[in-house]
Amino acid sequence: MPVKVGLLALQGAVGRHAEALAACGAAPVEVRTADQLAAVDALVLPGGESTTISMLLESSGLAETLAARLADGMPAFGTCAGMILLAGTVLDGRPDQRSFDAIDVTVQRNAFGRQVDSFEADLDVAGLDDEPFHAVFIRAPVVTAVGDGVAVLARIDGRPVLCRQGVVFVSAFHPELTPDLRLHRLFLDTAFGNAKEN
Amino acid sequence: MSDTPAGSRPSTTETGTIAVKRGLAEMLKGGVIMDVVDAEQAKIAEDAGAVAVMALERVPADIRRDGGVARMSDPEMIEGIKAAVTIPVMAKARIGHFVEAQILEALGVDYVDESEVLTPADEAHHIDKWAFTVPFVCGATNLGEALRRISEGACMIRSKGEAGTGNVVEAVRHLRSITGDIRKITQADPAELFHWAKQLQAPLPLVQEIHGTGKLPVPLFCAGGLAIPADAALAMQLGAEAVFVGSGIFKSDEPARRAKAIVEATTHFSDPAILAKVSRGLGAAMPGLEISTLEQTYADRGW
Repeated sequence: MPVKVGLLALQGAVGRHAEALAACGAAPVEVRTADQLAAVDALVLPGGESTTISMLLESSGLAETLAARLADGMPAFGTCAGMILLAGTVLDGRPDQRSFDAIDVTVQRNAFGRQVDSFEADLDVAGLDDEPFHAVFIRAPVVTAVGDGVAVLARIDGRPVLCRQGVVFVSAFHPELTPDLRLHRLFLDTAFGNAKEN
Repeated sequence: MSDTPAGSRPSTTETGTIAVKRGLAEMLKGGVIMDVVDAEQAKIAEDAGAVAVMALERVPADIRRDGGVARMSDPEMIEGIKAAVTIPVMAKARIGHFVEAQILEALGVDYVDESEVLTPADEAHHIDKWAFTVPFVCGATNLGEALRRISEGACMIRSKGEAGTGNVVEAVRHLRSITGDIRKITQADPAELFHWAKQLQAPLPLVQEIHGTGKLPVPLFCAGGLAIPADAALAMQLGAEAVFVGSGIFKSDEPARRAKAIVEATTHFSDPAILAKVSRGLGAAMPGLEISTLEQTYADRGW
């Protein structure tokens, strides 16, 4: 059986992640309720508006299940808004905005400016040594501090934009918006080894 | 685990690309974009879970009531709204008024809506949207109009509906027209696509792209006349990927509660039990207008 990878589908760029995960041989499942969350092997938290997703996690009764599953070691990959939700500390957020402390990083929202400052760039990613990863940054956050257990896998301007702690990955950019599947594969391989192959 | 060696900043970065402009529209999917006229309303919208706000001087219902020429908003008011919220801020420019769009870009708004709700500035030409770094959303009543806007550089399409009426019937008509023609093109013989392009008055390559992918090249959102949570869920079930709500929120009795209910309905659009729950006890919706009684239909603006 392919691994069931949940896609937090409360709001945001869900469809492109689903295509990428399916192309990697996983079975993507949209998650909007606590029951759906309880039934997946891993979770991808997509880009979107972190304030909106945070509010919907509470109103949809998902927040406690998510906190429990992350504390229990569920593999997770958060991109952009997803990175903010998984972070330990959030700067420039709303006071009522929740983050789930699944990775020991401090994240600053909208760190590169507004939409007119959104950009594409090639990144050197540790572990993906063959060629650079072409990354799309949209009103992107950045990591401003990392704890001891966190590996920084890529930086821009010296600032971390791709980090890993155990089976939790976070990226400030959007690997789902480009056809390059290497980061989705890296996440699945790290979390499940070759189990995903079936 | 120790810090792994990692690369530093690459030598070149690019702004204003198609991926970046269409990408923000991807991020807004499944969300609600709310019309606001001041910082206080913008805060209410953000508190309720809006993914973005549309800054404008009067909501469409008031533009309709007051008449006169409707133009771009005062930059000071847009600045005030930008300062009040952390979510993206959009603003409207008149159809064809590329200088209003230049000003909005200089103000740092996140999306420009070249909107039929404002009085058109050009009766033949829309803005050349490729010339801008800021992305644009445009309205459309049918697939041909949508593809003409995309060929001019629009990175998001919203079905127009009839703004300021609180009546969802036109939004449904436009959404069904767009998605219906997409389905027909997907099924068409490749030799029939030339005729489709001619009939739609749209570029052939875009018609051929739809034939291959079965969807618009950019996200399709819905606007114009949505007033209650069920309207938002209806639009989503009909194939919209997000919704704009204008007068429907701040012309209702309890904007904050209604706004939050519409956000939840947009997320859980296919779950009637949740829709029933969030639709309860919201107070009076905006009154609403029959389309046949309107002196001016905004949806006819645009070419």
